[in-house]
This record gives sequence, C-alpha cells and structure tokens, in this order.
Amino acid sequence: MRPDLEIIQQWVQPGHHVLDLGCGDGTLLDFLQRERGASGFGLEINPEHITTCMGRGVAVIEQNLDTQGLGNFDDGSFDIVLMTQALQAVRRPDKVLDEMLRVGSEGIVTFPNFAHWRLRWGLTLSGRMPESEALPYKWYNTPNIRLCTFKDFEALCRQKGIRIKSRRVVDGQHQNSWLARLWPNLLGEIAIYRITRET
Amino acid sequence: MPDTLPADSVGIVTPQTYHFDAPIDLACGQTLENYDLVVETYGILNADASNAVLICHALSGHHHAAGYHSAEDRKPGWWDSCIGPGKPIDTDRFFVVSLNNLGGCHGSTGPNSINPETGKPFGPEFPVITVGDWVKSQALLADRLGIQCWAAVVGGSLGGMQALQWSLDYPDRLRHAVVIASTPRLTAQNIAFNEVARQAITSDREFHEGRYYDFDTVPRRGLMLARMVGHITYLSDASMGEKFGRELRDQAYKFGYDAEFQVESYLRYQGERFSESFDANTYLLMTRALDYFDPAYEFGGDLSKALAAASCEYLVLSFSTDWRFTPARSEEMVNAMIAARRKVSYAEVDAPWGHDAFLIPTPRYTDIFNAYMDRVAREVGA
Repeated sequence: MRPDLEIIQQWVQPGHHVLDLGCGDGTLLDFLQRERGASGFGLEINPEHITTCMGRGVAVIEQNLDTQGLGNFDDGSFDIVLMTQALQAVRRPDKVLDEMLRVGSEGIVTFPNFAHWRLRWGLTLSGRMPESEALPYKWYNTPNIRLCTFKDFEALCRQKGIRIKSRRVVDGQHQNSWLARLWPNLLGEIAIYRITRET
Repeated sequence: MPDTLPADSVGIVTPQTYHFDAPIDLACGQTLENYDLVVETYGILNADASNAVLICHALSGHHHAAGYHSAEDRKPGWWDSCIGPGKPIDTDRFFVVSLNNLGGCHGSTGPNSINPETGKPFGPEFPVITVGDWVKSQALLADRLGIQCWAAVVGGSLGGMQALQWSLDYPDRLRHAVVIASTPRLTAQNIAFNEVARQAITSDREFHEGRYYDFDTVPRRGLMLARMVGHITYLSDASMGEKFGRELRDQAYKFGYDAEFQVESYLRYQGERFSESFDANTYLLMTRALDYFDPAYEFGGDLSKALAAASCEYLVLSFSTDWRFTPARSEEMVNAMIAARRKVSYAEVDAPWGHDAFLIPTPRYTDIFNAYMDRVAREVGA
C-alpha cells in the first residue's frame, strides 16, 4: 500500500462512515472496508476508475466536485471526508474544504507542496514552470490548477477557522524523513493534513 | 435466428407456465383467485440456490428476454444484448429468471385471459395492478422455484422500479438491486404522456369500453397512436435526427398529409406492428402501474425514509440523453440511498439513444454492467 494511504488508514476507526473525494480506483476505500471495518462512498469522474470501483465492491458515485459540489450530502453525515491528491485539481479548494467539514466531522487532505526545494530550484534555474514526479504535467495541460505550498494551505486554514489536528510530511516516495520534518515547506513533497472545525 | 447460433447466445429457449392456486390480494383491494405466470429461465440454479437473478421487464416487455424460441425467429429476446454466456448477466454463472408480469398479454394472466367466473375475457374487469403487486407475485414465483434470496434483481425503466420495490418489500430476499434508466416516481410530464396514450386507446371506437374481445375487434388505431407517442419518448432528439433527419420518402413535398417524412412512416410502422401484437387493456394497465409507482408516498415523499427498510446494495445507472427518466431522476434515487446509508454505486452513461439506451450495449454501459455483475457472481460463489 502507498505509504500515504498507510498513514491515513491509521486514522480510520472501525464503523467509521467515510467519504472519499476523488477516490480513484477505490484502493483506499476497499482497504478501509475490508481491513478497518469502515463504510462509505467514493466520488469519482474517471470512467475507468468508476468501473474498477464497482468491480471490487466499492460504492462509487459519478459526481464532479467542481460542477455538482457536495450539496447532495447532509451535514455531519460522515465521520471522515478524505481527499488525497485532488485539492490542487478542483476549481475552488477553499469551498471544497468548507464543504468537507460541513458533511464530515473530520477531513484528511493530501496535496503536493509547490514550495519543495526541487521545484523552487527548477523555477529559479530554468525560468520554466517546474515539473516533478508529483507534478508531471506541462503548464498548459495540467489538471493541477490550484497549486499551493504547505504555508499557503495552513494560512487558509487559519483564515477559515479550520484546526489542523495533525500534519505528516513525506517525500516523493511517501517516506517520512527527518529532514522533511525539520524543514517541511522546503523539503516536504507531500503533506497529509488531518483537519477539523474549530469548536 | 442466424444460421449458426452465436456462442454468447442462450440458444433455443422454451417458456414455461406456472399456475398459482392460492389467491393473491392486490393493492387495489381486489383478489385474483388464481393466475398463471409465464416464465423463461436461462442457466443452472446452483446447489444452494444463491446464483439466481430476476429480470423485471418494462412497459411492453415480457418473459422472452434472451435466446430464440425457434430457428425461424427473426430476432432474439428483448435483452439478449445483456443476457447470455459471457455477457453481463452471464448465464454460465447465473440462473436467470424472466417472467411476463401479471396483467401482461404474453401468456401470464391478464385482461385478455378468460375470467373463470364469467367464461369470458376479463377486459375492464381485470384489476389494476401495481409495481408492488408484481413484486409480490414474483416473490411467490421465487418460492415456487426454490429461491430464497436473489443474487440480484435487475430491471430497466419500469423494470428498475420493480427492482427498487423488491428492496423495500423483501429486503432479506435480494443481495443487489440493479436499477437502470428508471425513476423513483413519475413526473407530471411522464403522467401526461401516459394519459395521451390512454386517451388514444379509450377514444378508439373499437375499444368498446375495454370489451373489444366480445366484439371480435381490437382498438388498433388507438393502440398504434399510443405506441407512436410512447416511442417518441424512448428516443432522443439527436438519435431521431441522426436516423431520419428531415429525409423524405420521395424526392419532393407532395403538399398533402400522408406520411412524407421518413420519421412519419417509421412511427406509423412501429405503431402498426405493436398494435398487432399487444393488448390495449394491458397497455392501459402498465401505464397506470407506472403512474402509481411512488414508494416514498407513504413516507411523506421522503424516499430515504422508505429506504430505511432496505438492506441490499444498489447499482443505479442513467443515460445522458434519456429525457423520459432523466439522469436527475436517478440521482434523486441515489441521493435518497446515500441519505439512508445504503450502499450504492451510480454512473451516468453517455449515450445518444435516449431512454432506449438501456437496451443498447455501448462500451461503457457493458463495462460497468460486466464489472458489477462479475462481483455479484463472485460474492455468491458463482
């Protein structure tokens, strides 16, 4: 299992009702259902991923966050709302965060850090939009339209009164290195945030 | 039938009639003392009877869903594209049951059957049947076949309504409900179209208040019109446009009112053929069953409350150009299932054929259907 999913699954308790935004081929939900006794839904728009989910017994709804939002989900109807590697691809990440914490009591968000040293270095040296393993696209065809840094995200959370329960920073191989812990915004490639509403 | 039987066909099939002697109480308050159900089955029921799949038919459907009745048959059953060896409803793995519903006109007891009390066809005396009544009779058929729990109940359109109703009325007798191109209730526009169809039939001089059998006639014109208007709602503007456009049968306008456009003669042909093979009273009954279907009604219109009784898993599919039962209607159903914390998967399949798309195998539709049913089969060890 991908190390970031390994970290996330530890935060899911048996019986938890989980919503996975952009659930992909359903790997995580499948694992959570079978190994953690959780239930829930995944939202996805990729037809192949949707079919894979259905074939493995993951409840998946074809729903586009950008155009349809989460209006069809009741307040507080999930224990955890997940969004792995999709925050940077939605049109309004700020609104999605609000919606996540409306329908769920806790959110788990992962996204690539645009302030990672290699991206900074690449931009400085070449003067071109950086590309990396986590961000392998060209500027004109990238689905990642809302790139941000860890600091940006944390500033948004503060502004919205969202409390960060915990943060795990990993490198491109999703390893939790001590260097990334020391200078996360410079050396961390991907962060896993556990967030909730300030009470 | 093609000269050689395709490898993915169930082959030559023979319908069977099951007679039921115990009276069945209907939603309308009446009772049918006894009745027949005509049934086709494909595949083999496994030892623990866990691999059975029920197919529920739509408005003009019947028991003949797959295969051929004889080598002379021009066309296979109505859902042959999805039922057979290696097809989504794989008859190498599942035991498939398909029946003609009560009130139908293809052999099961209906308005054109002889009323034992009078010795004459029931005609208008035949009770109005609801989706719930159908499900009840299908459960009795399951008892007869030794099926305690369906691996899946599957249907498109009105058939999907039966699958949904099954999950509410007999929650412990199905593992999965597959609801395709359906709706949790008809809209005013849907009912309006049905009303036009019914008016076409009942205003035909040959209708004789539903007793046309006694006069040795049929309201052919009315039935034809009913089918024509219905047929328009099964297609999309785009698919009609692609098929016919403004094409004329001859080169030029004739400045008259005969069928000059191809679409006109197509509709007339479809209507005529239908009126030769379908019973007008059954058409009235089926459209009424559609109108009345509304499982949320007793729950103050809240479908999620109705779904609290359910326990099966759902697959809901809609088609992008279906304007009879739009994707929005399916989403309404899905949202109620989500609110009721039922396990549901949903996809809107992009297909140009309107409501009829559920009968036409397109790659994405087939992929999804295959993947889901494969999982159902694995779950029951089939």
